[in-house]
Amino acid sequence: MTVKDWFEQRKEMQIARRAQDTQIDDSIGKLWIKCFNCNSQLLRKEVEENLEVCPKCGYHFRINARTRINQLFDEGTFEELFGNITTADPLEFSDTETYKKRITLAKAKTNMNEAVISGIGKIEGNTVAAAVMDFEFMGGSMGSVVGEKVTLAMEEALKRKIPMIAVTASGGARMQESILSLMQMAKTSCAVAKLNEAGLLYITVLTEPTFGGVTASFATLGDIIIAEQDARIGFAGRRVIEQTIRQSLPADFQTANYLMKYGQIDMISSRAELKSTIAKLINLHKTENKK
Amino acid sequence: MTILEFEKPLYEIEEKIKELKEISESSGMDVTEQINTFEQQAMEYKKELYANLTPSQRIQIARHADRPTFLDYVKLITTDFTELHGDREGTDDRAIIGGIAKINNQSVVIIGTQKGKTTKENLIYNFGMPQPQGYRKALRLFYHANKFHMPIITLIDTPGAYPGMKAEETAQGTAIAVNLREMAKMEVPIIAVITGEGCSGGALGLAVADRVYMLEHSYYTVISPEGCASILWRDASKADVAAEALKITSEDLLKLEIIDDIIKEPLGGAHCDYETAGNNLKETIVKAMDELKKLPADKLKEERYNKFRRMGVFCQ
Repeated sequence: MTVKDWFEQRKEMQIARRAQDTQIDDSIGKLWIKCFNCNSQLLRKEVEENLEVCPKCGYHFRINARTRINQLFDEGTFEELFGNITTADPLEFSDTETYKKRITLAKAKTNMNEAVISGIGKIEGNTVAAAVMDFEFMGGSMGSVVGEKVTLAMEEALKRKIPMIAVTASGGARMQESILSLMQMAKTSCAVAKLNEAGLLYITVLTEPTFGGVTASFATLGDIIIAEQDARIGFAGRRVIEQTIRQSLPADFQTANYLMKYGQIDMISSRAELKSTIAKLINLHKTENKK
Repeated sequence: MTILEFEKPLYEIEEKIKELKEISESSGMDVTEQINTFEQQAMEYKKELYANLTPSQRIQIARHADRPTFLDYVKLITTDFTELHGDREGTDDRAIIGGIAKINNQSVVIIGTQKGKTTKENLIYNFGMPQPQGYRKALRLFYHANKFHMPIITLIDTPGAYPGMKAEETAQGTAIAVNLREMAKMEVPIIAVITGEGCSGGALGLAVADRVYMLEHSYYTVISPEGCASILWRDASKADVAAEALKITSEDLLKLEIIDDIIKEPLGGAHCDYETAGNNLKETIVKAMDELKKLPADKLKEERYNKFRRMGVFCQ
């Protein structure tokens, strides 16, 4: 093995490690966490204060919807809407576990009732409608509730004539709702068509990870598409592609930088700059000739 | 013709009847009565067999090597088909074919995913798995239809959008998403028919339509049963169970109010009788076009929006 190979391998291993969630290291206690990117032991509090970004290497850890909302919206301005909409099990689906049980477990794990929070809030004083996804709730998968709440947020933007912000984090469509999940792609995309026709600004923020049916619907339909640093974004999963084409893929495949290189996103933003970037974009779109 | 595993008992009975006929002819014995009885029994068995197929048996018919392809249907239901090639950005994806044609004197833009019947053909058509450029070609043709006030007909038979490196680099997800959004904006009628496999976003990318139909033995799903089984059951061999759980048959989707109607297939499947399959398809499309023609553009769009807006089941 040459030195170059060794570095190459090390880099690939690092990226592979990022695929795993950050985990609280129980051997040390809840005070410390380990960064999967640089292996540093970090004080939990320090990481929290740094917007869940590693203070050592700058790696952006996954964050849940509530943390995201706290970081993105002016303090105390976010009002959750449509929280009364909850999961049904129309197909009475069961794999190795029933869908009902999976929902119950996800609710207990996340203290959320579904994989998205919709609402209205202010970003540096600008009122916007928003839908913020949560990967911790069944991999952020989009079933009927996610589709409905994203669409309702867009319709709220239409009603109030305000910009719409979608923050995505999803493995794709929720298989347990089968065709009904697929139709949420159509539903949300049709709602984006309405935003377009009303001339309203729609910004999407793609965060780690955004895949499948969410990528192939409202996530990539933003007038402005921002990818958060360290996010991986794609349509098909890495493994599926490797199995199909029978060759290994580059280490940086489907990273935010990779998407930028191929012209799929407008910009990459660090978490620290995300709020001001969105506010700046909203302000830049305040023009005289409104429809 | 390929005989599917579950069709073998039927095939054997039919072979036996054929044998019996030959024997009676060569020996001069009159067994017409017995043959008639056997034939009647075989027919009843056949009807019962195809009326009670399991979802995975339906999938086998939907994937049948001899199943009519998009170009077969174009030949069966249209005249003057003129193919329009290319996405105008460097590629002519062969997995999606489109053009202008007439159906009963009405000019339409007709677009579909194309599969091959042989390995050689399948390599050309990439097994009916479009690249992003295929969806962009379709989009260009949607705009053409909109500009010249022609209804859009889409025929869908795809195992899904192609999962490849180049497909990701050229934004497979975005290409599909844009089609979903732009189909919502069309001011002409859109009629979509799932003719074989309707897998995932790759199928939906052509199916945001005013009317959505399925051929009787086609299937329409968020993920292939094999893919679902390997993710949820961690065992691809559980595809039969997944197919059952996913509710993917035309009857299931009609019940779930995802599709508008089921188009009957000839006994044994569309591949047994192209002409009947084509006639049934044409009849449905013509009827839908006549109904949709009456709607003004804004009403058409509004109803299309409401159609998809209603989809989804949740508690409130």
